[in-house]
Amino acid sequence: MKKMSKTRLIVSLLAVLLLYAGAWYAETAMGANNMLITVLKKGAVYALIAVSMNLLNGFTGLFSLGQAGFMLVGAYVYAVFTIPLKRHAAVYQYYNGGIIQFELPLLVALILGGVVAAILAALVGLPVLRLKSDYLAIATLGFAEIIRAVVQWDSLGPITNGSNLLKTYPTFSNTKILGTTVLFPFIVSGVCIGLILLLINSTYGRAFKAIRDDEVAAEAMGINLFKHKELAFVISCFFAGIGGALLAMFQGTVQANSFKSAMTYDILLMVVIGGMGSVSGSVIASFLYIACSEWWLRFLDNEQVINGFQVPLLRSGFRMVVFSVVIMIVVLFFRRGIMGDRELWDLRLPKRKKEGGALK
Amino acid sequence: MFDRILPYILAGISVGGQYALIAVGYTMVYGILRLINFAHGDIFTAAGFFMVYLTASLPMAVSIPLVIVLTVALGFLLERAAYKPLRTAPRMSVMISAIGASYLLQNLMWYITGGLAKQYPVLPWLGDNVQIFSASTKVVTIVTPILTILLVIALVMLIRYTKIGMAMRAVSHDFETSQLMGIRINSVISMTFVIGSGLAAVGSMLYFTNYSTVTPTVGAMPGLKAFVAAVFGGIGSIPGAVIGAFIIGICENLIKAAGYTAFSDAFTFALLIVVLLFKPTGLFGEKTAEKV
Repeated sequence: MKKMSKTRLIVSLLAVLLLYAGAWYAETAMGANNMLITVLKKGAVYALIAVSMNLLNGFTGLFSLGQAGFMLVGAYVYAVFTIPLKRHAAVYQYYNGGIIQFELPLLVALILGGVVAAILAALVGLPVLRLKSDYLAIATLGFAEIIRAVVQWDSLGPITNGSNLLKTYPTFSNTKILGTTVLFPFIVSGVCIGLILLLINSTYGRAFKAIRDDEVAAEAMGINLFKHKELAFVISCFFAGIGGALLAMFQGTVQANSFKSAMTYDILLMVVIGGMGSVSGSVIASFLYIACSEWWLRFLDNEQVINGFQVPLLRSGFRMVVFSVVIMIVVLFFRRGIMGDRELWDLRLPKRKKEGGALK
Repeated sequence: MFDRILPYILAGISVGGQYALIAVGYTMVYGILRLINFAHGDIFTAAGFFMVYLTASLPMAVSIPLVIVLTVALGFLLERAAYKPLRTAPRMSVMISAIGASYLLQNLMWYITGGLAKQYPVLPWLGDNVQIFSASTKVVTIVTPILTILLVIALVMLIRYTKIGMAMRAVSHDFETSQLMGIRINSVISMTFVIGSGLAAVGSMLYFTNYSTVTPTVGAMPGLKAFVAAVFGGIGSIPGAVIGAFIIGICENLIKAAGYTAFSDAFTFALLIVVLLFKPTGLFGEKTAEKV
């Protein structure tokens, strides 16, 4: 990848800052409960998760479907360690107040969520990463299901609260920056995405792309396949864990049962719509996806009467049908997604030579 | 001891047979297209809904064949719409298309049913109770394994002794060469989806006789388990898929008998991972150097 010129870098950073300022202004003007603000917060969380999945699927060519499992780990670690002590009796009412009798500072718990997910990923990766394409996909999907079952296991109840909700931990309304809730998720996921971008542009990132494009050639060039795959997997899961913790903060309550494989599919579709192998594509697609599913297409779910004419088809559930038809159209006819494998800041450059095999 | 475990073993054999009927669809499609048809579980669910809606206005004797016809048509359409345009695309794109198709089918079913669980009609005779030793169960428990085995034998005969069966074997052996030999790939692939969907429709009748309510996402889990069964038996091998499905069905119910109901799903996936690591070709799979 071409090194970014200094002016381009500064312009990009300024654009990001402007975006943050816009988000901040929107919240001060419209209040934290406005639909736009909710979409922005959720979009920021999903942007991080989608980019972490893209690192694996789009940049390293490892088709993993375990993202929901690692998000679950991050969300649970965060929630378990930040529930205030005096609330334990109420939350763990079936388990005598639980056995974890301390709480961690918010940021420490957030990072710990990522670290635990990463450690788990390292262990899972040892056997699983030897598999290829669809076998890897189904094995990681299986691991996510196993994680979900283990967390809900009654014997782990004193830690995970079994299959009951975890709640009353600090959420975005406890992490106000400059009086707004929207900046915290923006800053955390901005920093994480920035780190992923640095990684992608490093020698490791180039090795990942080499593995994606041709494993045999990469190995012949002296790239240790397993080491790099494991590295990509662990890093991706670290950020998925942090993303999961952010999602827990966004939702206010967390329950293992909601981290089903359908969640992974959602994220995969965001990555595909944005373009496999494009960080900015994933970010744009996450915001679009969340905005469409939560906000812009809402009207499709309500029956409408215009001039006494009952608009056909509009009723509960129609939104998701339209949405999935759009997704199928993208998947079938616009396989490169919004950005393909280019980045937003590369767009003005003269067309680079095509990097083949992005979707291998 | 025997009295306590018997109902679980019976349930295991029954559910194993139902998984087997789904697993055959997976294994055939994978054998030919090298594609995990993620939407297969949703076809199975759709067959359940067809039955719910058809029996509301038609007699049972008309509904049952009509359900099979409609499910087959759905499977055929799915292949034409979601997989055929991607015949030359990389495998990952086809898999994403499969996930998208599954998402679409689920949302469509949610829209049509309003998201409510529908009561599955009681099929005559299959839903009657019957006594086996000390355990009371439904007739479907005994019918399932017998019907499964009969259908699978018929299918194996079809593949071994008919022209279309020979074409299927040729295509799964070598996609391009068989095309050069004048085999119409598209009709062979369609036939695979037709057979797979038809068996899934039969499987769904047996499955929902036991579980009685249909929801839009109910097929996802049996679908995944049937896939695991197909991998366990050796993907591409029909007898393998059937044996794998019975083993998974029985093990799952024995785990329930031991009091670890929460882990019955997890067990299936743990089994999958162990199989992939130690014998990636499964019990009866052909040797390929490709998977690991």
